[in-house]
Order: sequence, then structure tokens, then C-alpha cells
Amino acid sequence: MSERTIAVWQGKIRMRVFSEGAGPALVYFHGPWGLAWDPFLDELARSFSVHAPEHPGTTPEAPDDVYHLDGLWDLVLCYDELLEALGLDEAVLVGHSFGGMVACELAAAQPRRARRLVLIDPIGFWRDADRIANWMMLDAARLREAIFHDPASPAARRMFGTADDPEAATAARVRLTWAMGATGKFIWPIPDKGLTKRIHRVKAPTLVVWGKEDRLVPPVYADEFIRRIAGARAQTVDGAGHAPHLEHPEKVARMVADFVGQARP
Amino acid sequence: MKISAFHLMPHRELPDDFEKRYESVWVTPPWWELADARRVGQYYNWTLDELLYAARAGFDGVCTNEHHQNAYGFMPSPNLMGSVLAKATNGTDVAIVQMGATLPTSNPPIRVAEEYAMLDCISGGRLVAGLPLGSPMDVNFCYGITPMEHRERYREAFALTLKAWQARDIFAWNGRYFQLANVNLWPRPIQQPHPPVWVPGSGSISTFDFAVDNDVCYCFLSYSGAKAAKTMMQGYWKVVADKGRDPNPYRAGFLQLVAVAETDARAEEKYARHVEYFYHKCLHWPLEMLSPPGNQDYRSLVAAAKSNIRRAENPKDLRYRDFVEKGYVIAGSPATVRDRIREEVVKGLRVGNLMVLLQIGSMPHELTLENMDLFAREVLPHLRPLWDDEGWVNAWWPERLRGARQALGGVAAAVRA
Repeated sequence: MSERTIAVWQGKIRMRVFSEGAGPALVYFHGPWGLAWDPFLDELARSFSVHAPEHPGTTPEAPDDVYHLDGLWDLVLCYDELLEALGLDEAVLVGHSFGGMVACELAAAQPRRARRLVLIDPIGFWRDADRIANWMMLDAARLREAIFHDPASPAARRMFGTADDPEAATAARVRLTWAMGATGKFIWPIPDKGLTKRIHRVKAPTLVVWGKEDRLVPPVYADEFIRRIAGARAQTVDGAGHAPHLEHPEKVARMVADFVGQARP
Repeated sequence: MKISAFHLMPHRELPDDFEKRYESVWVTPPWWELADARRVGQYYNWTLDELLYAARAGFDGVCTNEHHQNAYGFMPSPNLMGSVLAKATNGTDVAIVQMGATLPTSNPPIRVAEEYAMLDCISGGRLVAGLPLGSPMDVNFCYGITPMEHRERYREAFALTLKAWQARDIFAWNGRYFQLANVNLWPRPIQQPHPPVWVPGSGSISTFDFAVDNDVCYCFLSYSGAKAAKTMMQGYWKVVADKGRDPNPYRAGFLQLVAVAETDARAEEKYARHVEYFYHKCLHWPLEMLSPPGNQDYRSLVAAAKSNIRRAENPKDLRYRDFVEKGYVIAGSPATVRDRIREEVVKGLRVGNLMVLLQIGSMPHELTLENMDLFAREVLPHLRPLWDDEGWVNAWWPERLRGARQALGGVAAAVRA
């Protein structure tokens, strides 16, 4: 795996990008809890040339860079600049949760950038009857239970650290908190920032993947995407919460590869 | 010393099992289950009557503050209360201490500058202008301000407020968060160049820096007393020294809960259940509400995470005698109370602008007046001369009120009768 830090936005935003694999280009937009190179990305890298950038502010040594962005429009343009810097005219865009919203916004703003779009438990809409839980006001234990179908799973341990290593758990808490703050800047207090007005611009074939037991963003939100993006379809993942790709990396990576029509070696 | 009576305007009749049945006193307490508008009207009137009583009894100032969706203090607009107090105290030398209207939740923030200017005009130049950052519960959770933008918005609004009061010419404010093409405040405050500014804080280093850089009075609005505040206030005074400011005690304000009775034993009989009501019910909220992600900057977050291994004691585990012993509340006979305030708060923290909370939790109206009356007669006169021997000027008090108060002997008793 290679890593490099790319500066965009007049050099004010430094974003570290991890890259791995060979095949068609795929850009992965992580969720509100930051980026960790995980088994899902390993699986994707078997079929794709995967690029995984860190959301502004979540790159180590550059926490304050996020203050240079005022809103979602700035963020979308940042990512457009990043793809330009990576030399990617078009790519498969895959996003999880908050990252799903960002990927969808980018595909709406710059339709030519998105060859295919895969949204995993994305946010971007709001229904009064199906409220999205505010993960920024949950304590660590409740957050863990809300994200994962199995809070004791290896994926949950990777995200939150374990009690037997307090130093790592403290570092994990700082990383998660700051990542939620830096992403929360663009969605507080309600994660609907007008995607409904822009989503018609998405032209890429789209797959929506949802964890069947998602306790943060109810799976009914898949309908909001399906009915607004022509030809989009949804698949659910059994035994998964808000992060199906972390709890079932192989299964979700296969869904992505099948959808893009990319044979796995 | 300047000594002001502070009021939170709490719900005084929450159910006994409140803290077991509801998740929080703040943001989510259900109005329709817990409150009645006519009864709440009575609370507001009691609050005003109690503060006016304090004003007549000899306190130097009366303080109100702003909270939202909160059963322990629900003055969403402290300036409505301040307006009544300003009018009713005209002709006296009592300061109207607004602690205050919250800048990041006022849009545009010159609304606060305008209302404070009105209060200064109505009161004849007796306003102290508290300019709080506001709590995360109020600002982020109730009023929807993004946690990561909270401090930036505050600082921009603060600068705009000070300029709006003072500018001789109409100006354009092309800010990051606020854009106003023609700032031309009507009215302007009587006090020149502007009313004294107090900034409340809760111990973060960045607020120390901000307060000292802007030469305002830093106020620690604490519910855990002087012992718990000692290290923090030492940190503040170190910043004052490091930045080359003088150690004027009037640079510091502090809020202390106080309950006075004839004897220490009588204080326990009269006040114990109200003190426990305050700490067990009024301060009932999840810790997560105090620091939503992004509200603290990255450096503070890292520092807090490292020191967070030892969790602060939970007030719900404490009883009246613990609160008194630990200094959360200073309670007892007049002699006990004045000695402890002098040693622990005034001298211990180097405080010139003291605020006392004398209506605590469920404390009823009559008992509140008794507490205020005893404090005004038996405690306040002993504290007032403190610092006089050092000759400091209280530059953070309305100029025309900086001298000694008019003699008010017997007024408290007369008012009560």
C-alpha cells in the first residue's frame, strides 16, 4: 500500500491518500469515524485500484486544516481538486455514511467524475417519521452498539480499541471524536443539506447498500436514493448495522465488484 | 468588593423521581409533563421580586443569564428580565449585570449590542455587559450552531459587538459568519467607550487568553465551589501575569452558592433538601452534552482525553453535608459563611467581583428572601471592604457606581415588612 499527502485548496488542505491494488480506479469516501485501512479496502483492492483519502482535518498533523472550509460546497470542490491531483478523470465512487453523502454530492456536482456510484448506508435526507440518530451525542458504549450489529466484532474492536490497552483506547477516542467533529461541521444539526435539490444531476449507475439492522440511519432511507437516481437499485446486508462493509467486508466488496462488472481473480 | 445576587430562575417543583424518569434537565425535558405556564409565570415573578429585593437590601448588582430548553434555568431572554430590573431600580446605584445574552445564538449578533445599549440607556448607565460563549447544550443542541463553529462565531460576534458600540462612522462588517453592510447602532450605550465587559468561562486555557487579551473580567460560573476552582483560577492568574497585566482582583468574577441561617444546624434544617434538589435534579444531564465533537479544539481535546482517566466526582453521590464540606455550597451561620467566603473565595481565588446564588433549586420564595435578608445584613457588610486596603480600581464596574454604596441601614427590614 502506498500513501501520499496531497495539498489542495490553495495548499491549505492537506489530505493523506492511501492507494492499493490494480484495476479500474475506485475512490473510497470514509464515514464520520475516520479512515482506517481495513479488510473491506483489502478486498476491493483485489479488483480495483483503490484510493482512500482522509476527510479534511482527519489527517494526522493537520487537524486544523478543516477550519479553511466553510461548508459543503467548499468540501465538494476540495474533493474535485483531489481527484484532479490524483489524475482521475473518472472513477468508481464508493462512500459510507457521511462519505456516501459526499460521494453523491460529488457525482451530482461533477457527473463526469463518477463512472459508478456505490453508497453504503449513506446520509443526505431527512424524514420526520424516521429520525436519524445524532451519533455526536452518544457515549462510546452506546455509539459502538449503534454502529455495529455485533459490538464485540473484530471490526468494532478495531474502531474503538480494547480495554486492555488504555493508551490505544485514548488515541482511538481522540481520533473518533475529532473525525466526528470534522465531518459534523458539514451536517450539524440535521444531516440534510439540500441533496434533494441536486441529486437529479447524478448520471452514474448507482448501487445502494444498507445494513439491515442499521440503528443510526434506518434502511427506509434507501428509497430516497432509489427513487431519485435513474436505474439505481438497493441491496441489504443481513447481520449488519450502520457499517455492513466493516462487519462483512468480503460480501460487500463482492457486491461492489459484481455491480461494476469487475471479475474477481 | 462588588457583590451581586445571581438568579437562574429554576423550576422549583420537579417531581421527586425526576432524575430517574428523565434523561436530562436540559435540551429534552418534556414541558407538557413537567410544567404549567401559569405556575411558570409565578416563578418569573418570584424571580424578579427576589432580585429586586436583593437590590433594595444592599447588593451591588443583580444578575440574570440565558439558557434554553432547560428546567433548571429558563430565561431564554435575560434581557427581558434585565429590562424590568433596570426600570424598577432607577434612582438607585445597583448594577444590572447581564451574564448574559449569548452572542453565537443571536442573529445577527448586533441584536445583543442593541439590547444592551437599550438597557444601559434605561438604567442610566448601570449595565455590566456579560458576553458569554454559551454552553454546548444551549448553542449546539438547542440552537443548532455547529460545534466546530461555536468559538469562531463567538469571537467574530464579540469583535463586531465592541466595534458596533464604539464606531463613530457607519461601517460594513464583511465577516466569515456575519455580513452587515450598514452597521449604525441605535441606540448607543451611555457608558463610554462601552459598558464594562465580563466573559464567563469554565476553565479552558483559550478563554483565559481571550479574556486577558481583551482586558475583560473573567468570570467562573461554578457550581462546585472554590476548592474545586483553585487550580483553574491559579491558571488564570498566571496568564494575567504572563501577559503583563496587573493582578487587579476585579479582573476575576466567581459564582458561589450560599445559604445563611441563624446557626450552622439551622442552615442544614432549612436548606439541605433544596441544595440536594439543585445538585441531584437541576444538574442532571448526560456528560456527552457538555462536549459534542468539534466543540473543543484539537489541542484541548487531546489534553482532556489524557487527563480524563480520573473522572470527576458525581454530585448525585453526595449529600448536603458533602456539598457544604467540599465548598460546593457555603452554608451555615453568618460567621461561618463570611469566614469561608473571605478565605476560600475572595482571598483563595483572588476575586473582586463576587456573585452569590441565594435562590437554590426548590427553595421557596419566602425562604429565599430570608436567605437574602440575612446575607445582606450579616455577611455582605463584612465582605464589602475587602480589597479596599490595596486600592485597586474596579474598571469592570459601571464608572458612576464604583464608589461606596449609599447607606441602606434598615431598608431590608423595611422592605420585608
